[in-house]
Amino acid sequence: MSNKSKNKDSNYLSAKESRRITKENRKITRKYEKEISRKNVPESEYATTMRDPQNILEIDDLHTYFFTDQGTVKSVDGVSFDIPRGKTVGVVGESGCGKSVTSLSIMRLLQRPIGQIVGGEIRLNLGDKAIDIAKTPMVEVQNIRGNEISMIFQEPMTTLNPVFRIGTQVDETIKLHNPDMDKEAVKKRSIEMLELVGIANSEGVYDMYPHELSGGMRQRVVIAMALACEPKLIIADEPTTALDVTIQAQILDLFRQLKDRINSSIMLITHDLGVIAEMADYVVVMYAGRIVEKGTLDDIFLHPAHPYTIGLMNSKPSINKTVDRLYSIPGKVPNPIEMPDYCYFRDRCEMCVEKCNGEYPPLHKISDTHYVSCYRFDEEGGKE
Amino acid sequence: MGKYILKRLLQCVVILFFVALVIYAIMRCLPTSYVESIARQRASLPGSKSYTEWLEQLNAVYGLDVGIVRGFFKWLKSAVVLDFGDSWYFNIPVLDKFKSVIWYSFVLGAVSFFLEIIIAIPLGIISAVKQYSKIDYAVTVFALIGISLPTFFFATLLKLIFSIKLGWFDLYGIVGRYYDQLSLGGKFLDMAKHYVLPTVTIVIVSIGSTMRYTRTNMLEVLNSDYIRTARAKGVPERKVISYHAFRNTLIPIVTIIGGSLPGLFSGALITETLFQIPGIGWVSYQAMVGGDIPFSMFYMIFIAVLTLVGTLLADILYAVVDPRVRVG
Repeated sequence: MSNKSKNKDSNYLSAKESRRITKENRKITRKYEKEISRKNVPESEYATTMRDPQNILEIDDLHTYFFTDQGTVKSVDGVSFDIPRGKTVGVVGESGCGKSVTSLSIMRLLQRPIGQIVGGEIRLNLGDKAIDIAKTPMVEVQNIRGNEISMIFQEPMTTLNPVFRIGTQVDETIKLHNPDMDKEAVKKRSIEMLELVGIANSEGVYDMYPHELSGGMRQRVVIAMALACEPKLIIADEPTTALDVTIQAQILDLFRQLKDRINSSIMLITHDLGVIAEMADYVVVMYAGRIVEKGTLDDIFLHPAHPYTIGLMNSKPSINKTVDRLYSIPGKVPNPIEMPDYCYFRDRCEMCVEKCNGEYPPLHKISDTHYVSCYRFDEEGGKE
Repeated sequence: MGKYILKRLLQCVVILFFVALVIYAIMRCLPTSYVESIARQRASLPGSKSYTEWLEQLNAVYGLDVGIVRGFFKWLKSAVVLDFGDSWYFNIPVLDKFKSVIWYSFVLGAVSFFLEIIIAIPLGIISAVKQYSKIDYAVTVFALIGISLPTFFFATLLKLIFSIKLGWFDLYGIVGRYYDQLSLGGKFLDMAKHYVLPTVTIVIVSIGSTMRYTRTNMLEVLNSDYIRTARAKGVPERKVISYHAFRNTLIPIVTIIGGSLPGLFSGALITETLFQIPGIGWVSYQAMVGGDIPFSMFYMIFIAVLTLVGTLLADILYAVVDPRVRVG
């Protein structure tokens, strides 16, 4: 008996309980899957209007849950932010805070059936009209992927298919979204794209296999593939994490040049604050599936408001300061399955006020561009 | 590539030499000796020589009076010019006996192999794509039944249902009772009909592992980063599976296919015996039990050659489907 009560304290799940969860999950996910697999969905169901036509993408109260056998993980829990045309939005946060899941939700690439968008809107501006990606049927989403929104992944060593030539893989993207183009034109365009991303021997590389290229070269190929159809939005999910510093700088340079050339927006996901400082116009700070602070680059870097952001800024190495030991935020992220009903950061926070024991703090407006979700700004900041 | 294949072939020759040596040594040491049983038979005849005298004489006749190593080289000398001698048990040249039975086994092996591939691979892919669905569970249960059922049990079950209860097929044999009176087309159909139950037995029993293997590989491929990339490019889901994922799933499957080449010729001992098909599996079993060294040696070497060729073929196919293992 004592054994049983001990088990209850830890993350132990009895077989019976686990079965119950699995059964419930199946019921829930089946409902969503049914919704997704419907055929001939009328366009009126997913047509929407942008709040601000200057935005290319508006994420509104997005909820993405994973129905695992241990329980429901609320990976993204009410995230809202905008991506303006031609701007770079940096999304920062530690591992597992929901950055990547947000981007996968935009692409509808979540691992189904366990990962589902359960609420919220992702409005994409298509110029003359706007659609809500979260409700768009998969057939339509396939036309958006790679064409309107494209994605660059974290791990260049494994993102390319090892059995196809580089040329074939770049060609495929172009051919998919430009079915009228003839073979020669597609090839010409592919080689052009490879040149654009700084591959010198582009015609040689066109006939090579991925394993014949280095990590940096492969990432360039991935970028070429992502840019091939001149998308309106490029999602870069930690594009430089797996690369060494010199290549990192080259790739970031490339991003900046290309962004100006084809004038698209970038959603840059990273946990490298240096990269954010260099690239981003706006910054979104995420913690445990929620946005804790968002604002312009200056707002976040010069006037960080949320204790987590402040901690993050303190824990980055700086050249002008001499410190013996790099700062690290104490404690750890709460268990994603049983999130507390108070501020998720309270247990790690060094600036707690009495109100922090209450429910999760709403987003407070500090300035026109700067928002923070912390009770410390309840009175002093411009209250809404 | 040519140089690589040549090197591999030379390696095969060396391996084959030692394989033959080991098999010959084992055959000579087996407790069932053809010569001994003949000597015992002859000695029991009234007014005959004694057992030891017969043994000595027969040993000299069959070339067993020399040691294992010398005997082996004697065998090898004629084997390299493809002279495998006469079978002791069947009393005809080894190659003649082989030629008269191999096609029964080959047809059985080839048809069931073909069916196995065209059923197992698509089913494996479907159950991977629809993981944890009803189809997946059904396929998995079906595969596990196939894997765990012993051949003799399943064959007997089929016979009970389809031969005895329903009377659709003959219980055993390769041809029907009125085979000789049939026209050419009728003869073919008659034989084909007799192949149905043995083929079904082999297919059901062997399909499971290939299917599970395909499923596991497909699942692994479907969870890989490059499949996500393909989806992110906007490739339709059907093409993601049939083109991007399938090409990668093929890589490990090719090894299995290469490895099953000897299976096409080696015959299915149990199935052939149960259905009394005079194939190589059955004949080689008789030869082995009878202590027929020339036939057993030939059969074993034949299988060894096929195994080596099969592995070589698998390696070459590997290079065809996977650019990463291509050698310059």
